Amino acid sequence: MLAVLNPLMRLIEVPMKWMQDTLGLKNPAWLFLLPNLILFGLFAFLPVIINFVYSLTGSDGILLANRPYVGASNFDYLLDCGSYVDPNSCRDDFFWRAVHNTILFVILQVGLMVGFSLLTALILNRKIRARGFFRSVFFFPVLLSPVVVALIWKWILQREGVLNAWLEAIGLESFNWLLDPSWAFGWSVFLSIWAHMGFYTLILLAGLQAIPRDVYEAAMMDRASPWRVFRRITLPLLMPTMLVVLVLALIKGVQTFDEIFAFTGGGPGSATTFIIQYIYNTGFAGTPRLFGLASAASIMLAVVLVILTFLQLWANRKNVDG
Amino acid sequence: MANPVKFLTRTRGNGSGGLHWTDWLSYFYLFCGVLLMFLPVIWLGFSSFKTEADLLRFPPRLLPMAQETVMVDGYDEPLPLYRIKGGEHEGKTLAQIRRVGIIAQMVDPDAPDERLKVNIKEREPIESFRLATENYTELFEKFNFGRYLWNSVFITATATIIMLIVNSMAAFALSKYQFKGRTVVLALVIGTLMIPQTVVLVPLFMISRELYLTDSLWGVIIPGAATPTGVFLLRQYMLTIPDEILDAARMDKASEWKIFWRIILPLSAPAIAVLAILAIMWRWNDFLWPLIVLSDSDNFTLQLALNAFQGDLNTQWSNLLAMTMLVLLPIAIVFAFLQKYIATGIASTGGK
Repeated sequence: MLAVLNPLMRLIEVPMKWMQDTLGLKNPAWLFLLPNLILFGLFAFLPVIINFVYSLTGSDGILLANRPYVGASNFDYLLDCGSYVDPNSCRDDFFWRAVHNTILFVILQVGLMVGFSLLTALILNRKIRARGFFRSVFFFPVLLSPVVVALIWKWILQREGVLNAWLEAIGLESFNWLLDPSWAFGWSVFLSIWAHMGFYTLILLAGLQAIPRDVYEAAMMDRASPWRVFRRITLPLLMPTMLVVLVLALIKGVQTFDEIFAFTGGGPGSATTFIIQYIYNTGFAGTPRLFGLASAASIMLAVVLVILTFLQLWANRKNVDG
Repeated sequence: MANPVKFLTRTRGNGSGGLHWTDWLSYFYLFCGVLLMFLPVIWLGFSSFKTEADLLRFPPRLLPMAQETVMVDGYDEPLPLYRIKGGEHEGKTLAQIRRVGIIAQMVDPDAPDERLKVNIKEREPIESFRLATENYTELFEKFNFGRYLWNSVFITATATIIMLIVNSMAAFALSKYQFKGRTVVLALVIGTLMIPQTVVLVPLFMISRELYLTDSLWGVIIPGAATPTGVFLLRQYMLTIPDEILDAARMDKASEWKIFWRIILPLSAPAIAVLAILAIMWRWNDFLWPLIVLSDSDNFTLQLALNAFQGDLNTQWSNLLAMTMLVLLPIAIVFAFLQKYIATGIASTGGK
């Protein structure tokens, strides 16, 4: 790889040196920053501004010139609800179903996943043989691509799959798991935990190992019970890490899309459709392409994410060097 | 070593004592975890080597088995072999020519001239262990797999290199220069953390379209090339490189660019390696943005192709599972060799 990069680097050096020598540029910091800032500007900041314009305009044109100003009607359309608890009473019931699904999914997935991650991290933090092996076993699915994760479990859960075979072998009925709305939702939660818990286990384990040994030794001197040690030492000292993990899991949970889209396609019906899939379906998959609605929904999602990110920065503030 | 159980179960630290009941519980939990995490992948591996007929079998078997066949004089195709367990031909091994209702027309491979009629209930297929490698070879012959593989490799490699160069340049500027507006730039970089791709999909698509990036591999590569995570990871590392080295190089009239790529980059190798591994994983597994920006199936990445395959009713499980295995394999290999770095990298950046 260096053989390719070296000539390239030499090539870049010519104009850079010229600017430094001829133009007398003493501090080329901005030159080094330029490519990154252009990319950030074009693909992060500019889109945020344009997103607002899209959300305030209608029609299915992609060019802003073809989009008439419609005021807040996209937001009105999304928020027009008889009761926010009942998606059927909303004008855009698909959106509210997605919102409800996402909220329920995030509560279940984040709660269970952080719980299991904590349990696994606590166990891995004990005096365990082959700790490295066990740690990587739990971490392994994190690296799998979402589509691969979805297909692995689809293959197991399908009508004639190995899970049904096993159920029949022990005398139970086989079941078409992914055609039942509740079960499809449940398996989506499971699949998502299966795929991501290794990541959080890793962070929590690092947090546990950062707790100083002598605190535990002092507790042992005082003959504190294991439960008391956990309640009074481990848990409080792990709290900062727990907070980071919780917020991180929330941020990612709200944006769940890839693996569930490949797993159930959002179905059956709209049982596993989450907010990102609503945006994708409305703006890109269906006709007409309702970019305005998709943008309006994105902005509502962004508000949630900005709040969560501030929480993350706050929880993480000790690690960030300003 | 008089007591092997005691030897195997003793823990570090207290060599003499056995395992406490909580230790047993811990190992039980971990053992269940190993099963839950690994078995699905292993099951996928076994299944991907089964023939389509074997895959449709319910209940399924663990090992890939296929029916044995034999070439018989006078027939062009190899015929499936059966063992006859009843009736007048009991005990013989016969090849089946065709089946009509409940009667199978069969032939003895040693005496191919005479056709025998056997009730289908009296025959049992002869099967042996065989890996259906055609599941894999067909992917290249029939399914354009090479093209998708090339697209994925090209995107992953190019995007990783561009990202490393662009991000390390910015990190260099932010860690080694004092200039007006540095705090502002740092704040901007933190700001981009708050703008995940998922909330700007529509305008991102529009901008990419205006730059003629849609439906091209560059449309996947360019928009994600600058990442706040990358800039931060590299900057934190470069801060630890002493400024005296730079001053010494400046004395020797090295240009700033030379200082960057001859001194700073080599010294930041550990951080760059971590970022490279992360970037490769992100790009290889990337799904939502490619799904939006690529529409012609010739430009599909492996992930998109795999997803399109599974939605296609004509696709057979045998090919689909083989393709899943091939998409999984590079990551599994990388993991096996680099898992320590991946783990530290992910732990230090907090994911993406």
